[in-house]
Amino acid sequence: MIEILTGLLALAGALFMLIASLGLLRMPDFYTRLQAAAKAGTLGILLVVIATGITLGSLSALLHAFLVSLFFILTTPIASHLLGRAAYLSGIRPWVFSDALSGRYHPITHELSSGQAPQAAQPTNGGAD
Amino acid sequence: MSEFLVGLPVSSPLLVAAMVILALALIPALVRVVRGPSIPDRVVALDLMASLTVGLLLLLGAVLGLLAIVDIAIVLALIAFLSTIAFASLIERRTRE
Repeated sequence: MIEILTGLLALAGALFMLIASLGLLRMPDFYTRLQAAAKAGTLGILLVVIATGITLGSLSALLHAFLVSLFFILTTPIASHLLGRAAYLSGIRPWVFSDALSGRYHPITHELSSGQAPQAAQPTNGGAD
Repeated sequence: MSEFLVGLPVSSPLLVAAMVILALALIPALVRVVRGPSIPDRVVALDLMASLTVGLLLLLGAVLGLLAIVDIAIVLALIAFLSTIAFASLIERRTRE
């Protein structure tokens, strides 16, 4: 009974990671690809970790599973945030018609300002690919 | 141990099916690594591939009943996180100058 339950958990996690991978392939923009990989991938790996901990069963295995899940919960948003920031600062623009950040940061010093935006609804010419 | 590997589908077929799905999910991420138009696309795809490999290692440890493979998965996750941070810092620093 418990084997079927953990197997179903692992299968659901693997399907979520497959969806993350397909989203990485099919999404039109870097930022949509980033959020597809980050959110669905994290949920999938958490389900797989829980299934592994319950399958192995011992206290040490449960502690390992807790540590791995804590590590993924802590590190995936940090990595995604840093990658998105680096991508925006390196000139990749989102695939939208109004970029809320346009005109609000200095292009040389990369300093953000929350004041009045000179052009808020400037149409951008799409993302890459 | 190899006889135990041969007897895998009898013992826990759902875990083996999850491993097969994870291995199949490596393919679209690899396609994105090859033809990603920019470097951050490739870094994101490599990060997801590292997560998929961590999941494969965890399920292998669950199927074989070996807790040491979970330690290998922890080390791999740590290395993937550090490499992603390093790539992000590199991209940002390269555009700053």
